[in-house]
Amino acid sequence: MPARIVILGGGVGGTLAANLLSKELRREAHISVVDPTGMHVYQPGFLYVALGEANGRWLSRDERTLLRRDVDLIIDGAAGIDPASQVVRLARGGEVPYDYLIVATGARLVPEEIPGLVEGSETFYSFDGAVRLREALRRFRGGRILVGVAGIPYKCPPAPVEFVLMLERYLRKNDIRERSEVRLLSPLNRAFTIESASKLVEPIMASRGIGLDTFFNIESVDPGAHAVSSLEGEKMDYDLLVAVPPHRGQSVIEESGLDESHGWIPTDRHTLQHEQHERIFAIGDATNLPISKSGSTAHFEAPVVASRIASMVRGTEPRAGYRGKVMCFLETGGGRATVLRFDYQAPPTPPRPSRRWHAAKWLFNRLYWNVVPQGRVPERAVKIEEG
Amino acid sequence: MEAIQIDRSIDARGMPCPGPLMSLIGAIREAEVGTVISVLSSDEGSKTDIPAWVTKARHEMVAVEPVDGAESFIVRKVH
Repeated sequence: MPARIVILGGGVGGTLAANLLSKELRREAHISVVDPTGMHVYQPGFLYVALGEANGRWLSRDERTLLRRDVDLIIDGAAGIDPASQVVRLARGGEVPYDYLIVATGARLVPEEIPGLVEGSETFYSFDGAVRLREALRRFRGGRILVGVAGIPYKCPPAPVEFVLMLERYLRKNDIRERSEVRLLSPLNRAFTIESASKLVEPIMASRGIGLDTFFNIESVDPGAHAVSSLEGEKMDYDLLVAVPPHRGQSVIEESGLDESHGWIPTDRHTLQHEQHERIFAIGDATNLPISKSGSTAHFEAPVVASRIASMVRGTEPRAGYRGKVMCFLETGGGRATVLRFDYQAPPTPPRPSRRWHAAKWLFNRLYWNVVPQGRVPERAVKIEEG
Repeated sequence: MEAIQIDRSIDARGMPCPGPLMSLIGAIREAEVGTVISVLSSDEGSKTDIPAWVTKARHEMVAVEPVDGAESFIVRKVH
């Protein structure tokens, strides 16, 4: 009987793992992807939507068109996971049994955990939020824009820095820069989680007149007074507040008792197995690993999980291991970008921002749909980018 | 010397910078006033990052103690 492999989540990690396993195991496995929407969303595009540089048309695709033909797609949410009987309970009823389970359910935004955040702020961390923010910026006629973080960890740590740099250009282009102030409220004592990247972007921010307030973790928002308060006891007024909402893992993880805290799965940093359940693996934002929550992380983890499961199905010793590899671009505005490449051992040493890396990011954005989910030479593509 | 009663311990050894500080900030966010939290970190950056944040946020650094080649930062939430 073929091994039953169930994958929760049709994002980059889930889709890539499904396709790699299908290609490798063929008739030795029956693979199902369970996804509540059946649509695959390219989240890095939200930033461009918010700033009016792209519309929503290229941001989502029918998941079916990205999966190999022999992978089953179940359009339903997971309502429960029972590791003892190895079944996933579906939201609309019914159960899916598994021999191996991959949890690639991503993160969920919980803005309601911060008082006043829903009413008092905009965000580019969801598609709906990005569209709303785009319209708020179209109406903006000058004043103070604060961009801040309301919870740690959050997806794509460079995004708030990218946003302020791109926003500054946007305001100049629309002739409202002189009437506007842009400030980044950073939760840390620098602009960005990674020190070397902070050293690179802080002078760029300063040269463009973008303010930086460090150790400002948003604690509450007073929408009536247009004021935001920090955990550190400071308060600032704003005309437009753009916030990264707090994140959690999916509620099904918490309700099934599979999380360590806040819905994040306790994951072995090399094997990517659940620390208590060897037949459950986790990919991407769903893990509790101390690395960036990003599509890139999921992209590099999926082949490791696929290889380990294929070995287990065949009864051989799994050899693949995840070494913490992440690679992401950081837009610095004005058609320039840099790149961050790092792993568990080596912090990144980002090159000077250039048009070349901006072009590479656009190329990646365009090639994404035809290359990444299918696992078409991902390693070679990365080597080209690295070269 | 009176023993310090620790209400919550976080073992952030092996976590790269700024993971240990981020864990502390997250724990302080959720804790009641008066809670004592210890963070165990093996990251060099924590030696400056964690005290700097505790000072800025006006909490109390109860103690910093070496533990098996790592550092234990004991912090009381005061507001």
